[in-house]
Amino acid sequence: MLQDLAAVDTHALAATAARYVGLLPLIPLAGFLVNGALSLIPAYTMGPGDPSAAGHDHDGAAAARAHAVDHAEQSGATGDDHHAVARHPYAAVASVVGPLVLVLSFALAVAIWLAMASAGEMRTPYVQRFFDWMVTGDLKIAWAFQVDQLSMIMVLVITGVGMLIHIFSIGYMGDDPGYPRFFAYLNLFVAFMLVLVLGASYPVVFVGWEGVGLCSYLLIGFWFSDKANAYAGKKAFIVNRIGDVGFLLGMFLLFANVGTLDFTGVAASASSLGYDSALVTTICLFFFLGCVGKSAQLPLYVWLPDAMAGPTPVSALIHAATMVTAGVYLIARSGFLFAMSPTACITVAVVGTLTALFAATIGLKQWDIKKVLAYSTISQLGYMFMGVGAGAYAAGMFHLVTHAFFKALLFLGSGSVIFAMHRAYHHTGSHEDAQDMRNMGGLRKYMPITFVLMWIATLSIAGVPPFSGFFSKDGILGAVFARAQHGALADATWLGMPGSAVLYVLYVLGLVTAFLTAIYMTRLMLYTFHGPNRTGEAEQAHLAEAPWSMTGPLVVLGVLSAAGGWLDLPAALPLGPVGVLEKWLDPVVGAATAAVAGSAGEAVTSTEYFLIGAAVVIAILGIVVAVARLKPALLVPKRDALPSHGFEHVLEEKYYVDEIYDDAIVRPLVSGSRNVLWTGIDRGIIDSLLVNGSAVLARGFGWIGSQLQSGETGAYAWAIAIGALAVLGAFTFR
Amino acid sequence: MISEALFFSAVLFTIGVVGVLTRRNAIIIFMCVELMLNAVNLSFIALSRLHGSANGQVFVLFVMTIAAAEAAVGLAIIISIFRHHKSVDLRNINLLKG
Amino acid sequence: MNTLVYTFHFYLFGLIAIASALAFVTRKSPVAAALWLVNTMFCLSALFVMLDAQFIGAVQVLVYAGAIMVVFLFVVMLLNLGQASDVTDIRGLGGRLTAGLVGLAMLAELFALSRLHFPRLVGAMSDHANIVNPVSAPLFQEYLLPFEVTSVVLLVAVVGAVVLAKRGDNVS
Repeated sequence: MLQDLAAVDTHALAATAARYVGLLPLIPLAGFLVNGALSLIPAYTMGPGDPSAAGHDHDGAAAARAHAVDHAEQSGATGDDHHAVARHPYAAVASVVGPLVLVLSFALAVAIWLAMASAGEMRTPYVQRFFDWMVTGDLKIAWAFQVDQLSMIMVLVITGVGMLIHIFSIGYMGDDPGYPRFFAYLNLFVAFMLVLVLGASYPVVFVGWEGVGLCSYLLIGFWFSDKANAYAGKKAFIVNRIGDVGFLLGMFLLFANVGTLDFTGVAASASSLGYDSALVTTICLFFFLGCVGKSAQLPLYVWLPDAMAGPTPVSALIHAATMVTAGVYLIARSGFLFAMSPTACITVAVVGTLTALFAATIGLKQWDIKKVLAYSTISQLGYMFMGVGAGAYAAGMFHLVTHAFFKALLFLGSGSVIFAMHRAYHHTGSHEDAQDMRNMGGLRKYMPITFVLMWIATLSIAGVPPFSGFFSKDGILGAVFARAQHGALADATWLGMPGSAVLYVLYVLGLVTAFLTAIYMTRLMLYTFHGPNRTGEAEQAHLAEAPWSMTGPLVVLGVLSAAGGWLDLPAALPLGPVGVLEKWLDPVVGAATAAVAGSAGEAVTSTEYFLIGAAVVIAILGIVVAVARLKPALLVPKRDALPSHGFEHVLEEKYYVDEIYDDAIVRPLVSGSRNVLWTGIDRGIIDSLLVNGSAVLARGFGWIGSQLQSGETGAYAWAIAIGALAVLGAFTFR
Repeated sequence: MISEALFFSAVLFTIGVVGVLTRRNAIIIFMCVELMLNAVNLSFIALSRLHGSANGQVFVLFVMTIAAAEAAVGLAIIISIFRHHKSVDLRNINLLKG
Repeated sequence: MNTLVYTFHFYLFGLIAIASALAFVTRKSPVAAALWLVNTMFCLSALFVMLDAQFIGAVQVLVYAGAIMVVFLFVVMLLNLGQASDVTDIRGLGGRLTAGLVGLAMLAELFALSRLHFPRLVGAMSDHANIVNPVSAPLFQEYLLPFEVTSVVLLVAVVGAVVLAKRGDNVS
């Protein structure tokens, strides 16, 4: 411990802004406290003519409530962004406090980042201990934060993108009665997310891990008065618990075999677990199970599409940019473990690839604009896992960052669209679905800024150069291809198959997914912004661009999505400084990457140019196919739509996975719990036998006792004599 | 002689117990209790002799005093009961039931 | 004292005490029973003396046989219970057998206890000539408080007996 302290004192970051790293999560936490206190004040009192609500356009408070209830019943399970219109009396305070704490956090993060950049190359992480958190027996866990290149990337993404999304939320959520509550949850989420990425040991990370899960639950069910939203929150929470069990078991195994849970300590003694041993594979797979839950991979992805029931900024921040990428972060952070188990690495890559493909096919046939983006997120997360599974941690993190940019942009753009649609329907009192793309179309005329920015994000995610997604996706695919050629993964066997063959298959599937990605994203753009408008005659007059507080963050994200690729240019395309991010992350993940990739460096070869070319061709082909095959003009609004048939219908119904889970797992579990555990064990054995049984027993003894109280003195004499006999007997036979 | 004294004491005590259990006349039962007390007194004296200490004898004095007090009160109660029932039969004394 | 004579008398008084007690328990007439009990107490008094408790032996005769039993006889006569009552006051055969069994069991346990827990060693009494002193010294020094409390108990018992037994309007 003393050595630790000494090391901290002499660390290059010891006297810089990094010593205030403890403040990073505390600032949003303070925002949570302020906004949480404000949210305790209701937006309107139950009575007509309440001044706080009557001020809003033509609706009285009672009418607003009636409208909200009405609307909730109409839209049912579509996860529509409906909300009662009633401005909170202290909305102005929340508007300042909520985003301000994020601005402060971002400023501090930038200051720490600048300190790191000026400190030169830093091979060891800066660990700051605050206090001993748990000390029992051999287990000593300090509440400590770790600042290194990996956590810094995450902190910058979280605070930066989070700040933009907070600013966007001012406009998007302004008329919601739960406005301060929204910012309270959002701030709390950022605080926990920062704990997650800054934690210097697995347990501290786990605190953040669970905390963001909690905030996710709270925000998915933000409009909890609608049962479907509450169920969606519950589903996310329960599915995540399955993964969390894996995280916990991984930690237990790690502690039992290594004796420490600090990242530095585990990294130092990880080699004692044995290369490719069953133990290290088990630990890695348990951690990966946690990642599968948190990052919505097969087979635990089902909660993420339902999570779209939350407000759209939540979907952008939590379910696209930050929280769901925590799994990728964890694997990159645990690179020293995964590098020792090729089996686990290939498993991660296989699961990621299959998820990417699977979700992309579902995304092809979704009508809800947010559902398309949700499946797209799952698919892109699959890409990230493909990358980190292949040991290309830098590439995986790179895709994480660019994905945070373009997916946040897509979600906020869709939020902007939904906002406009909702406003239009609100004005005409219509109850149409504001999120269904069949009700949109031709929005390019009404929302030019959103239109342009959304196209930038679409080209980026589709992998069209020179947008950011092209570089990051190419980095992952290139890494998978390289690993298939040589290195530890190519030499390993996975389920009896040679690793090399598996990785080649994954590469091809990755290309297929890229093709599908281009198609479904182009489809989204075509149906939303192109073709004739299907919203309705009366509504068209009210369709308009969102205010600048909402489009402003979109513009920033648009610039980042377009230019984000320059963060980590491949050596084959030296359009500027090459591999910045990779070099930056090298002290953290370099060793693990080298262990997986083998000693041979990745030279610039004609193969690499071929790969890049193939990716570009496939992306453009996808867009072309989509434009050629899809006819927005033939679409009809949702209310007139005919049901689909065949495989299309299967895709529209998401392969019936929810129904299969329901029949195979949920229903047996519920009926088993009800019939066996509740009726059988709880009510039958525990209630009737043990609880009531003991009562009956006591009553029986009481009856016997009352019968003994005859009042006959002689009987008492007998009782005394026999009692004396017993006492004497006890003494005698002691 | 100590063990013989204890033997006599035990026999007398048991006779007292059997008396209490078999008789129904309240006064006789009372006298049986006195017999039991006497038996215990014999034990006290014998053990006092065994240990060579007079403390046992002091306790016998206490027992006698309490026995006297008990006899006074008990007999007064029996007189009351007799006035009420015109009998001292134990079967009539069943007022202890709550 | 001659040991044989001493032993003979010890057994003699002990057996008479037991025989008298048996007779006491089995008499139907309360007066007869009381007299047999007086006999038992005399024998016990003799045993006390033989066990070097001469003072207690004297008090036994004075207090028990002389005072307490006389009170019993007074009550018997006062209530006119001298004859054996018409209704039998002894339980039936079943009750007597059970009582006998309980008594035998208790006897067996008492024997077992006395054999288990008491040493066979006999300590010597200090002074045969000094009879009252060994009793009175602890009574008025070590056990002074219980002694005083006992006197209060006696007083309360006297008052209580008067209140209970007094025939009057104030006592129902």
